[in-house]
Amino acid sequence: MAERAERTTRNGPAALAERVLLILVAVLIPVCLHVVFRTVPTEGKMGVVQRIFYFHVPSAFAGFLGVGLCALFSALYLWTRDRRLDLLAHASAEIGVLFFTIVLLTGPIWARPVWGVWWTGEVRLTSTLVLWLLYAGYLILRQSAESQDQGARFCAVLGIVGALDVPIIYYSVEWWRGLHPRVLKVSGGQGLDPAMGKALALCSVTFILFFLLLLLLRVRVGRLQDDVEALTLHAGRQARHTETA
Amino acid sequence: MAADRDGPPVVEARGLAKRYGPLAALDGIDLTVPAGQAVVLLGPNGAGKSTLLRLLATLTRPSGGRLRLFGEEVLSSDAGRLRSRIGFLSHQTFLYEHLTGRENLLFYARLYGLSDPERAARAALGAARLSDRQDDRVGAYSRGMQQRLAIARSLLHGPEMILLDEPFTGLDRESSARLEERLRQLRATGRTCVMATHDLDQGLRAADRVLVLRGGRLEFDAPARGLDSARLEALLVTPETAAGPRPL
Amino acid sequence: MTYLRAVLLVAGKDLKVELRSREQLVTLLFFALLVLVVFNFAFDFTVIDFVTLGPGVLWVAFIFSGVLAIGRSFQIEREQDRIQGILLSPIDRSAFYLGKVAATVLFMAAVETLIVPVAVVMFNFHFSGRIALAILALLLNTVGFAAVGTLFAAMTSSTRRGELLLPLLLFPAAVPVALAAVKTTTHILAGRPFAAYGHWLQMSAAYDVIFLAAAVLLFDYVLED
Repeated sequence: MAERAERTTRNGPAALAERVLLILVAVLIPVCLHVVFRTVPTEGKMGVVQRIFYFHVPSAFAGFLGVGLCALFSALYLWTRDRRLDLLAHASAEIGVLFFTIVLLTGPIWARPVWGVWWTGEVRLTSTLVLWLLYAGYLILRQSAESQDQGARFCAVLGIVGALDVPIIYYSVEWWRGLHPRVLKVSGGQGLDPAMGKALALCSVTFILFFLLLLLLRVRVGRLQDDVEALTLHAGRQARHTETA
Repeated sequence: MAADRDGPPVVEARGLAKRYGPLAALDGIDLTVPAGQAVVLLGPNGAGKSTLLRLLATLTRPSGGRLRLFGEEVLSSDAGRLRSRIGFLSHQTFLYEHLTGRENLLFYARLYGLSDPERAARAALGAARLSDRQDDRVGAYSRGMQQRLAIARSLLHGPEMILLDEPFTGLDRESSARLEERLRQLRATGRTCVMATHDLDQGLRAADRVLVLRGGRLEFDAPARGLDSARLEALLVTPETAAGPRPL
Repeated sequence: MTYLRAVLLVAGKDLKVELRSREQLVTLLFFALLVLVVFNFAFDFTVIDFVTLGPGVLWVAFIFSGVLAIGRSFQIEREQDRIQGILLSPIDRSAFYLGKVAATVLFMAAVETLIVPVAVVMFNFHFSGRIALAILALLLNTVGFAAVGTLFAAMTSSTRRGELLLPLLLFPAAVPVALAAVKTTTHILAGRPFAAYGHWLQMSAAYDVIFLAAAVLLFDYVLED
């Protein structure tokens, strides 16, 4: 049992990737902060608060990455029944929810000074809220499962169905709002200063690497949780054995 | 429905395992059950009796090892065809209380795609001595009548193998005796039976062969004849060995 | 052919059980009615135009009673382990799924048929517009809701939280259906041209097809154990 813990902790390609990502993220985050707060020009109409955009949008990218990876790993899990794929799917959903939470927190902070209201029912924010609810449900479903195996199967199904639902949710919310042109023209194409575009790209890459780092860490924690559970089970049996003997 | 004693064994398991996360409910079962044999599964709670029955019923898929039923690999063959050769009886009746006895049997006869569901239902009701109550709702039946109907339901499609999961639970003395009698008849017609039970004596009376499962492993396997229940009881209460369901 | 027979068999069994017990339909109707009454107090419909709020009110009633219907439908199968009896039989698991969806659509449609006239009276609404299209919208969205709901209920009914969990999963996933239903109905009641809501009908149909197909493919995994 001790070797197992050792194995999941330190060796193999996952551990290597983890260390590389850790170094990259540790370097890139200060760079991002520097760029966002010191070098990028202040947006004319919105002012300083617009800088939250460099965290808001990359978080949304990372959230969508979580949704996509969750579906991918879910499908692969149903096919192979490999516990590691299930852990990956679970971690993708969990970290996706984390990043969607950041989107939902930064959105209103940005909206308040610009539009004068916290919550406008803006299309992207509203659909993000729906996705957040859907994937929070995913996490609750896993927690409510009778067994690890059941949780894995059910969540794999939900992970696939959820990803199919994402584009439909997005379009339905957009149409519901009446086909307005994008409220945030800045976030697409022409309006964007090249320096802003570069800062956004940098932050997006950083957030995605950060996502992947969290993913690997979370999977490792999952493996350790499995080991602890197995050891507890074993210890319980041993104790009962000594008792009866 | 006489069993084909020269055909392949009804159950053939090699290293059969079922894991639920870190818990191995079944851990390397090797078991061959020839056609026509009546097997009783004994063992403490959580020993894996129900899991084994569910695997044999194709309700759950093995996570390791091989399982052949009627000579066919379970994972690669048409599950529907296998299922129509298997009957399952548990202490749950599977019956709809708002439907009449006849309607329940008709529903199941059609699920199994029987060519003449009406006739099959009528015959089964007759065998269960429920013909005069066939148009009453099952909710109005006594426990014993419900059990009789449940037995009729599980045999409706003429299964070659019958799996029984604690069928005596909740039955009064009279219904138990009747169920035992029914099991004797089934054995006489050459059907293969696998029964999980807590009750040693009942189990021994109904079986040719006794298996004891413990901690997901097969710990004891002997013919029922000449085995006295006191000895078996002693075996069942000895402390669990360290070989219990172990973490992976 | 045998596949279709199995679907109809399961749906027919559900209908028969329901006709005998009447526990669902009565509860659902009562529940939907309560929702209408609550909204009748919450909003003053002598001032507010029914067309702006009515479809939303109706669909809240349908969706809330629908989630109850779907949850109950699987609870019935879990009692006495009846679902095992069905899983032991040779029918395809997806046929069982489609049968449950069909029965749920019928129950929900029955509630809708009875509730709409009540709403028309309660909110003093003069119905005009293209009724056939309104019925089509109702049906398409009911099917979508039942399709996803039945898949989810098969899962939630065997978890520890059981029926509490179903709305938590189903409501976010069914947002497109709810939005499509309300928008389409609003446009039809307001007498707008088909071009104003045709894309919504298309989306509802696409939703139905996508999730019925996905559920048929995935249902085996749900009921594996």
